[in-house]
Amino acid sequence: MSLVELRNVSKIYRLGDEEIRALDDVTLDIEEGEFISIIGPSGSGKSTLMHILGCLDSPSHGTIRLDGTMIERASSRELAAIRNRKIGFVFQFFNLLPKLSVVQNVELPMIYSGISSQERRARAMTALETVGMANRAKHRPSQLSGGQQQRAAIARALVNRPRIIFADEPTGNLDSHTGDAILQLFRTLSHEGRTIVLVTHDPEIAAVTPRRIEIRDGKIAVKVDLTLAGLDRLAKTGPSSLAAAPSGASA
Amino acid sequence: MRPSTLTATSEVIRPPAVQLWITIQSGLREIWAHKFRSLLTMSGIILGVGSLVAMSALVAGMEKGAKEALVAIGGLEKVRVEAQELPIEQRHLSDEAVGITINDVYALRESAPLVTRISPEMRLPATFSANGKRYRPWNCVGVWPVALEMNEHVVEYGRMLNMMDDEMARSVCVIGTATRDELWGSPEKTGHEINPVGEIVFINGVPFTVIGMFQYYESESDRKARELAKTQAAQQPTGGVSRNRGHGRGRGGGAFAFKNRTVYLPLNTVWMKFRSGATYAAINAAGGGTPAGATGDPRLSGLELKIASVDLLPEALQQVRNVLMSTHKGIEDFTFRTQEDWADQIKTFVHNARLSGGLIAGISLLVGGIGIMNIMFASISERVREIGIRKSVGAATLDIFIQILVEALVVAILGGLAGLGFSFILVYGINNVSPTDNAPIVTVLALSVAFGFSVLVGILAGIFPAIKAAKLNPIQALRYE
Repeated sequence: MSLVELRNVSKIYRLGDEEIRALDDVTLDIEEGEFISIIGPSGSGKSTLMHILGCLDSPSHGTIRLDGTMIERASSRELAAIRNRKIGFVFQFFNLLPKLSVVQNVELPMIYSGISSQERRARAMTALETVGMANRAKHRPSQLSGGQQQRAAIARALVNRPRIIFADEPTGNLDSHTGDAILQLFRTLSHEGRTIVLVTHDPEIAAVTPRRIEIRDGKIAVKVDLTLAGLDRLAKTGPSSLAAAPSGASA
Repeated sequence: MRPSTLTATSEVIRPPAVQLWITIQSGLREIWAHKFRSLLTMSGIILGVGSLVAMSALVAGMEKGAKEALVAIGGLEKVRVEAQELPIEQRHLSDEAVGITINDVYALRESAPLVTRISPEMRLPATFSANGKRYRPWNCVGVWPVALEMNEHVVEYGRMLNMMDDEMARSVCVIGTATRDELWGSPEKTGHEINPVGEIVFINGVPFTVIGMFQYYESESDRKARELAKTQAAQQPTGGVSRNRGHGRGRGGGAFAFKNRTVYLPLNTVWMKFRSGATYAAINAAGGGTPAGATGDPRLSGLELKIASVDLLPEALQQVRNVLMSTHKGIEDFTFRTQEDWADQIKTFVHNARLSGGLIAGISLLVGGIGIMNIMFASISERVREIGIRKSVGAATLDIFIQILVEALVVAILGGLAGLGFSFILVYGINNVSPTDNAPIVTVLALSVAFGFSVLVGILAGIFPAIKAAKLNPIQALRYE
């Protein structure tokens, strides 16, 4: 049983008489411990896919099973609990609460799981150490650089020990140097065994993941799955080689 | 890979609603982040709570004053019997109606055991002149000595009328302080207390000797205010213009002013000197107080009765009625005026004042609530993104609802507490700017009711914004710029 099982999932919006198929019959499995990127141009449906995978949205058709739970049958309250305990989000614009300190921001998910204040603080500090931000715990987000803010946001995504982490254009708002550092952090987390889904429009960024799914017009257009060995080879030659062979060996 | 074991949703543990204290802290943080805006928002609640408490304090003060006055004029056990126009079915008997007479007093004394004290009254419209001045007291009546106890008078100088004064129809009178003040000067004007006992006063041109004067009557709050003014004056002997308005005039509850304007003459004196052409003895000989043989009007203007106990009032009134119906030959030319009527009037007045004042204060509280609601709507519009973030990390709809509701409640509670403080300032201010007869009384009940209302308003004002916030779609909320 995969960690995530998507079966024939469609998402249809209506704009007046027009019917927009944001997702069209998508079937996808994500295994535990995978590092996978969803790639596609803007308007391709990749964000919709991430929202459905992340229990922020529900599909019009099809079924999703996350860690054994049937998502499309869950109530909004159950979805909130699933987001809280099983999913971590990292956003392009960091989405830290400006009035809270870094450590309070990291504590936020645990507040909604009813964890005692002492344990909250301890776990938040551990998560901040993981991302190298323990010395900035008392700062306000506005006092931090973009990269530091994103590290704090990643700590927040990690802190409730989720089964899967979704990162939506996590480097989109950072310079390339900082962005590389953030991607390196994701790789490290992946090596530690965490399941990470990276959503991006940039093939270069997607190149860090062993497995890539390209979405076009709501359908899965291209699947790339590289082994760990293949990933290492790719790192040596540089991500530009990926562009030369976009449809490599598929699983 | 399609396991038959279906929904595993039950494994998801539902988190308890977010700890209240964290939510309250977050509410306080929001208020602190927008200090001026929060203060403006609270001002509606502050004014509402303040005016509610102040209004209630003023009414409570008036109620206390009115009850004091009620006791001052003899309490609830007192009943007045007064003449009344005949009922329609008895109009044709009006020539035979004798009115209230001394005969009724004797009959009641014999046959109405529940009546413990009877005081006949014969009112005299009188002009007093003495010392080159003229004065018309409001309440110049011929009475028996029992009127002293009946109306709770206390003699300050000299003595009350006695039975001998009445028997002999002496030309003597006992006056209230107002008459003394008008004719010989008040202590404030002259600077010393004048004892009028022994002076001659002309009542409608007939010379009378003043044999006594009652003490000065005033409400408790007036007395306190006067004593305070006196001690303050003593502490500041620099003098200057005295701001004391003089007692007996100006401030003073109606009941106390009326009481100070009382003059008592012997009943017989009034009858013989002013109302009839005959002597008392002649009328007695003619048959017990009936008008036969007498010219003029021998009727009493009324009776005052004291009942054994308030609880027995209906029974006592029935006794009195039975006796009077027999002495009046079945002609109902009298009516009872109980202080219960007055007590009821006080109740009605207090009720009306509470209602109208409460309505106004309630409306201002409501407006305050609308202000809170408005600002909460504005606040959640500003914080759509925050709500999206909270939802994405696992806040349930209920958590967001509670958060916004608690924020509104915190504003209302802070406003309510500030309003309680403000109410004391308001009461103090009103009392200084426009002094009333009765000092306002701030009651704990009024404070708690006003505070309770502010909490209620906070909840009502928070519900709709909280529903709106809770319903926000997390995806749209996260995209919101």
